[in-house]
Amino acid sequence: MSEELLQTTEEKEQENWSGGESPFKTSYGKLMMWYFLLSDAFTFAGLLIAYGALRFSNPTWPVPDFVFSTAPFGVTGAPLIFVTIMSFVLIISSGTMVRAVQEGARENKNGVVFWLLMTVFGGLAFLGCQAWEWNNLIAEEHMTIFTNPFGTHTEDGVYLEGDGHYIQEGDEFKAGESYLIHKHHGDWDPLSFKTESGIVKQQEFGPKAFGALFFFITGFHGFHVFSGVVFLFIIMLNVASGLYVERKNGYEMVEKVGLYWHFVDLVWVFVFLVFYLL
Amino acid sequence: MEMSRAEGISKVKKGLLLLGAVTVAEVLISLLGKGYLIPGLEEYSILFAFTGLAMILLSLYKAYFIVYEFMHLRYEVKGMALTILLPTMLLIWGLIAFLWEGNTWGDRREEVKYEISEEVDQQLKESEGEPVKELNTDEH
Repeated sequence: MSEELLQTTEEKEQENWSGGESPFKTSYGKLMMWYFLLSDAFTFAGLLIAYGALRFSNPTWPVPDFVFSTAPFGVTGAPLIFVTIMSFVLIISSGTMVRAVQEGARENKNGVVFWLLMTVFGGLAFLGCQAWEWNNLIAEEHMTIFTNPFGTHTEDGVYLEGDGHYIQEGDEFKAGESYLIHKHHGDWDPLSFKTESGIVKQQEFGPKAFGALFFFITGFHGFHVFSGVVFLFIIMLNVASGLYVERKNGYEMVEKVGLYWHFVDLVWVFVFLVFYLL
Repeated sequence: MEMSRAEGISKVKKGLLLLGAVTVAEVLISLLGKGYLIPGLEEYSILFAFTGLAMILLSLYKAYFIVYEFMHLRYEVKGMALTILLPTMLLIWGLIAFLWEGNTWGDRREEVKYEISEEVDQQLKESEGEPVKELNTDEH
């Protein structure tokens, strides 16, 4: 009995590949979206692995929980809190996307439009957060793709001058502690300090690669989010116009943009891991 | 996959709670390893290896959940899922090779920086082959 059953499933599988129907039981468009996302995953993986290689090649590296410790409304000294909120925004927008696909399967046009709109809002909220983060790094902390003002002490020591913000003359520090070099009236103002061995030194800039890697990788991800928002909006208008009702394929276009949107969330999982957590 | 409205909502809720909880756990582990939650804990560098590993595993779990549940890969034909999953195995090689390479750049940083001031044993250089011919000697 069971052998007979096995025979039939095997035969069925062979029939799948003998033409006339999709052996992967999926449409051309969805399959190609998957393969596009696979290639995009390799692009992002290449960028993140380059980040890892350059980080490993430097004796010091900016400490993420020091670099990313500010949040809007004047919050400082709150390590990783703002990026955690950004992660939540993206995760929730993934959830609303799942709802849109589910409503599409149920042929509920208004439901699809509503949940796509919620997803668009989620994407815009994430982009707004990222704009604030970039603005803070560029305008307030003066990080560029060529200059990285986030340095790390390699020895214990004591400051010989203060910066008018958090560091005062006579403040002690330990090896491994991070600092931010400030800019006053367009000029860099590295503070001088005395190391444990009695040598007077000035704060040095951090590894140059950090700024370029940060702006390129988060920028590339942000560009994906932006394109996703545009696609979601266009498809939302198409849904509202009744285009996909006429196609009678269970709102497949919503599924396809859903795959893309979840992928953007997936990439953020890894950007969050290597840039902020580790 | 068609399901009722209530089923769909409960599925999304469960997924969001899971991803949110894992993200919170990751952030707490990260802050713990760096000594924010319990001051002084960052002195134990062995802890940093454990927290790092824990965060990587949790991120991989999040990735698995997004791909299998939200992107529905679990419900696709096995052969199709394999054509997407198997190529990513190449990244294991990429990760090991390039982090190894980066580490070597770090180890050889001083050599690269001061290459010009490197001293060359003149006698050894001459003994290694034909002496270097000077150019423009027959011109006048």
